[in-house]
Amino acid sequence: MKQTRLGSWIAIIIGTIYFVVPLIGTFEFSMRMRRGEYSFDAYRVVFADPKFQATFGYSTLMALLTILMGVLIVVPTSYWIQLRLQKLRPLVEFITLMPLVIPAIVIVFGYLRLYNSSSILPMTASARSTDLLLVFSYVTLALPYMYRAVDTGMRAIDVRVLTEAAENLGASWPTILLKVILPNVRVAILSGAFLTFATVIGEFTMASLLNRPAFGPYLQLIGANRAYEPSALAVITFLVTWACMGLINVVGRGKQIKATP
Amino acid sequence: MAFLDLADVRKNYGSQTVVHKFDLDVARGEFVSFLGPSGCGKTTTLRMVAGFEVPSGGAIRIDGRDITRLRPNQRNVGMVFQSYALFPNMTVADNVAFGLKIARKPASEIAARVEEMLKMIKLPQLGGRFPYQLSGGQQQRVALARAIAIKPQVLLLDEPLSALDAKIRVSLREEIRALQRSLGITTIYVTHDQEEALSMSDRIVVMNEGRVEQIGTPFEVYNNPKTRFVASFVGTLNIMKGKVADPAAGRIAIDGQEVFASKPVTHAQAGEACAVALRPEAATLHRSELQEAAKIASSFARESGPRNRMQGTIEEVSFLGSVVRIRVRFQDNAISLDTFNNPNATPPARGAQVTVTFGREDLLVLEGAES
Repeated sequence: MKQTRLGSWIAIIIGTIYFVVPLIGTFEFSMRMRRGEYSFDAYRVVFADPKFQATFGYSTLMALLTILMGVLIVVPTSYWIQLRLQKLRPLVEFITLMPLVIPAIVIVFGYLRLYNSSSILPMTASARSTDLLLVFSYVTLALPYMYRAVDTGMRAIDVRVLTEAAENLGASWPTILLKVILPNVRVAILSGAFLTFATVIGEFTMASLLNRPAFGPYLQLIGANRAYEPSALAVITFLVTWACMGLINVVGRGKQIKATP
Repeated sequence: MAFLDLADVRKNYGSQTVVHKFDLDVARGEFVSFLGPSGCGKTTTLRMVAGFEVPSGGAIRIDGRDITRLRPNQRNVGMVFQSYALFPNMTVADNVAFGLKIARKPASEIAARVEEMLKMIKLPQLGGRFPYQLSGGQQQRVALARAIAIKPQVLLLDEPLSALDAKIRVSLREEIRALQRSLGITTIYVTHDQEEALSMSDRIVVMNEGRVEQIGTPFEVYNNPKTRFVASFVGTLNIMKGKVADPAAGRIAIDGQEVFASKPVTHAQAGEACAVALRPEAATLHRSELQEAAKIASSFARESGPRNRMQGTIEEVSFLGSVVRIRVRFQDNAISLDTFNNPNATPPARGAQVTVTFGREDLLVLEGAES
């Protein structure tokens, strides 16, 4: 028993060192911009850079649009699968797993081939339509996380019985979805949303190949040309991602709605 | 004219028929139970009334209005589910108010109705709680209040007590029945618990394999079961195999001993195999043939009129608290009989020779019984 515990502690310590030491190293390096003393100069430079603000703002907007579109696609899909189309569940699960299997670069080359300016649907012809294409590609990329989060939430409540109970009391489909189902899977949707945000905010491949001014390509550009700022950006990105994960936990714990047995 | 009318209602899933030709007229304010084992079609029939299943044939009418093809939210039928189905994100008061809000009733009317409903279910102080903060019994009461709040024409209850423990089940079924009587609401109650059906219903529909076996009052269904299934499913029943000796006289031979039914046997010829049924509470046990006066187990049986007598051996004695169930074997057949627990009388020992007596009218000759 004691040996098992000791083994567990050793594993935890090794794991922690493996993950934390590089982060501490990166953070420490990002503080060494001023010669001979620690300072937040690198962070000051990064935050003062208009390109940082523009790219971070752009990626945040793309992330929010991706979340909105993802919710609109995934929630009704998961609801109907749970309610009426159980047989389609394996197929939908397979489809939602595809973005994990197919590299982003393959997907984006597919997009460029299908939607280039001389195609029937020239989505890359203008900046706005390319933005839309980028959102679509992010929806695809985040699909495995969003679908799984929402589907888990749907499985935790008895969707069928709740739907029937609401319908029996006179509710229409939109009312059932908005007033009964959505509030009960809110935590799951938020989990999916934060995971989507964390995925999109630093995404490089899609944004770079579609030539959009996103945060991912900016990170790469800074990393190739500066010394301390890339470390500061890496720490900022980690903090944003961790904040998202933390919010999932806070929201999930604080307002958890318990399903009736 | 019937208030709720199910005429020739059928339900098929592909080539499989789960409800065959279901006909039922329910009077206004009547409490009717659908009783049967799992998979007999009782819940499917209820769900067709609620609108969650579309009948493959036939018609369902409420107060003369054909509702067969209406959506569930257009029927004005209240339903209580086995799993309560309370909305977890809403308080008790919001749950009860849900249907009224959907119907766009004025806020003052909704508040008054919710208060009335919570008082009715004796939970006036719990309006602000969430479902997960309530016990199972309380949740089911709220579900009942929610279903009744919209003033439905028909109330449907789908095994509402099956998830509760025995004590709460008994008290809640009395509450449901009292509420139903006071509101005069036409009610269909689905259960596989015969005690629930017998104690609550004005009439019982006994179902088996998608067919109606018998429709009748609890008294009729229990005392005069029409089929072998009803006889065996409703209450505990001893079924013995025998041979018809004299159909006109109702004389039947069971394990070499002759007994009489109170009526002639009309559906079998002399020498043909038949099955007879005897309720456990209808038989009385005596120490031996010669000592009939020495009754060792006073049962609930009627003692008037000519009685049948059979010799047997005690095979098992089960103490059930207020009742002692004794199993007596004749030869191939055996019966169980119930007696009151008497602290001053020792139950008979296993292997003792005994005489069992029972009234002729208690012996039910079953139709269509297999030999």
